[in-house]
Amino acid sequence: MSNPTLERGETPGPGSRLPWHRNEDYRRMFSLLMVGLVVALMTGPSGNRDHPTDGFTGSWFHPRVLLFLGAAAAIGVLMTLYDRSKGAGRRNPLQPVIAPITAVRDRMTSQPLLRYSVYAAILVFAVLYPMTLTPFWQRVLVDQIGVYVLLALGLNIVVGLAGLLDLGYIAFFAIGAYTTAYFTGKLPVAPPFTLNPFEVVPIAILATLVAGVLLGGPTLRLRGDYLAIVTLGFGEIVRILAVNGDAFFGTNVTNGPRGAVGIPHPSIHAFGINYDWTLKSLPYYYLLLVLVVGLLIAFNRLENSRVGRAWTAIREDEVAAAASGVPTVKYKLMAFAIGASTSGFAGVLYASKVGFISPDNFLLLFSLLVVTMVIFGGMGSLPGVVLGAAVLQWMPQVLRGKVPPEDRYIYFGALLILMMIFRPQGLLPSRRRSRELKLSEEGLGGADSLGATPGTTS
Amino acid sequence: MSAQPVASTAATPNDLVLDVRDITLRFGGLTSLDKVSLTHTRGEVLSVIGPNGAGKTSLFNCLTGVYFPQEGEVRFYPEAGVERSVLGRKPYAVNRLGIARTFQNIRLFNALTALENVKIGIESRQKTGPIGAMLHMPWNRREERESDAEAFRLLEFVGLTKRANEVSSSLPYGDQRRLEIARALGTRPQLLLLDEPAAGTNPAEKRQLEVLIRAIAETGISVLLIEHDMKLVMSVATNVVVLNFGQVIASGTPKEIQRDPSVVEAYLGSGDEADSAAVPRKAAKKAPAKQPPATRTED
Ligand SMILES: Nc1ncnc2c1ncn2[C@@H]1O[C@H](COP(=O)(O)OP(=O)(O)OP(=O)(O)O)[C@@H](O)[C@H]1O
Ligand SMILES: [Mg+2]
Repeated sequence: MSNPTLERGETPGPGSRLPWHRNEDYRRMFSLLMVGLVVALMTGPSGNRDHPTDGFTGSWFHPRVLLFLGAAAAIGVLMTLYDRSKGAGRRNPLQPVIAPITAVRDRMTSQPLLRYSVYAAILVFAVLYPMTLTPFWQRVLVDQIGVYVLLALGLNIVVGLAGLLDLGYIAFFAIGAYTTAYFTGKLPVAPPFTLNPFEVVPIAILATLVAGVLLGGPTLRLRGDYLAIVTLGFGEIVRILAVNGDAFFGTNVTNGPRGAVGIPHPSIHAFGINYDWTLKSLPYYYLLLVLVVGLLIAFNRLENSRVGRAWTAIREDEVAAAASGVPTVKYKLMAFAIGASTSGFAGVLYASKVGFISPDNFLLLFSLLVVTMVIFGGMGSLPGVVLGAAVLQWMPQVLRGKVPPEDRYIYFGALLILMMIFRPQGLLPSRRRSRELKLSEEGLGGADSLGATPGTTS
Repeated sequence: MSAQPVASTAATPNDLVLDVRDITLRFGGLTSLDKVSLTHTRGEVLSVIGPNGAGKTSLFNCLTGVYFPQEGEVRFYPEAGVERSVLGRKPYAVNRLGIARTFQNIRLFNALTALENVKIGIESRQKTGPIGAMLHMPWNRREERESDAEAFRLLEFVGLTKRANEVSSSLPYGDQRRLEIARALGTRPQLLLLDEPAAGTNPAEKRQLEVLIRAIAETGISVLLIEHDMKLVMSVATNVVVLNFGQVIASGTPKEIQRDPSVVEAYLGSGDEADSAAVPRKAAKKAPAKQPPATRTED
């Protein structure tokens, strides 16, 4: 985002000798107005290939156009004023919001009592608050947010810790879901024995683990960008297999685009507990809560263990990691497999909660969405990715009914762009990752292909 | 001069820690190592010197699995009587054998603390896997404690105790060099390869480094040292091998090397090297078209 000659932060004040078109303030205003115009165009009447500018039919002074342009101008002016008031203007405008959060986080690391109180408060809130929600929001909380929090936690290991860009992540989710459909007898091919969704969990985890290793084995030797492309291809292969699996050598395996219906809800009949999950969302929510808390604890330990440190080492400097005795390919494979199995696990839960799966649940878009959640929340940061997943799944639901449905993703995109400009490290970044980002901005760091790396060495 | 293998001392094969035989490394038309042979006696500090582009770093890369030379053999003796071939192994596997290294352009894990950097080296010898890490069983915790203790011990050894919790990239240059050495020592090597550890350090740091290298050698670890600073080489090296244009042009004790006319010529053209605090970092005058700039990374 920075231009080579004029870094943000050394914005020349008024009276500087730069020509006006190179003045950072004008440049920013111009970009903002252009963005406003594009958003206005895109949220207008939909165009088509022959008339791409239909968004502007009618008047250029349509309230919508004026609104977006006005908003852009206002943001520009505010930012300029803010910079001026700050003198050097190194701070970003979110600083007043961020500073207290950072302060609390810093204090939390040093004071265990505060830390556990905060955890307890969040937990109490997480237990009680959903009871007050309408059934619609309870369902969103489980189907959209809960499941994606699980997915994001798993992908965080791959992307955030090991620094591998996996764009086919949703494929493992699909494998988990289809495994559930198969073993509960809801696919056209009959399983050797039918199982309760809970009993499918170990099988699904194993299946996705194997799939992860099979995919990762040959591809993890590739450099970041190539890995992204291969995984992207893998994701599509799995989806297309599911679509065309209704004529797999003449047998119907996956039921094709129609997918599987009637996948049963899970139930527990063991250890003296007898419980059946039903259509109600809240019981699923608590199940997910337990699992997410468990995973948070486990992954936090993982991150601060020998394994997590080895991943960080690989991510920062693979050559140095190998020279320090870290078998890099093995560790990458491990990260990949752990991420894959978490995804598969989420797939089981999703399939049995919703009861219906089809290839449309596993589009490339969803892989990208999970990656976005991890980056948005803060790569490598557990609270970050949970928050990132929650916010990004919550937003489209809030916009539902307020904006035309086909425009929802525009707002989504705008949010992401703003994020990348003002807080590239994510909502609640991990300390290590923010350091890496800072170092790479200074041209020192060896961040991986995911970090914003203007001057990567290594 | 001759490129024949010269045993650095009258060592019996049993005393060797490293035996490099006739390795040749070519990059397209450029021969960066030409039938290089050397032997390294266990416990000694062997220094490799030579003008820029002589092939010193290339030699290190061949010894650590980064490059695979077209010809030759490298034998490593982790302990007396045990022979391992180095070539063909991956860098991490070479490290497992007991050969650790540092880099000419420091390669620390920049966003990690000094302590964490060292722990990564130490932990490459531990067993805790992902499941163990998640369950955090007593034996996993014990490994963690051991790693901490060992890391602190090594930081103390290199004189960085006070810096343990500082981010490595914020350390002064000389401290970074020593931290890299500590990380390498963490993998419990029998042979430690140091690639220009004194480059870019100030005189005080050079003296500390001199003491450190001696201390490492005293613990029984053999040290292979690339260094341009002749004062340092003279004071710590038991033996010296001189490379020029990828060939061994001389080898012997520091005294012999200092007097060797071919060495003097390779470095200076002529003149007395006695006053040389540091051999000039300029390459020999007749250097052939030297390819990449000196700041090229090693991989
Ligand atoms: N990966 C590579 N590709 C092409 N040529 C290389 C490569 N690595 C090294 N070389 C060449 O091999 C020769 C020896 O390089 P090397 O880095 O080993 O020298 P050096 O003795 O370490 O020099 P310095 O004192 O500058 O570190 C140089 O001519 C260099 O250009
Ligand atoms: Mg070199």
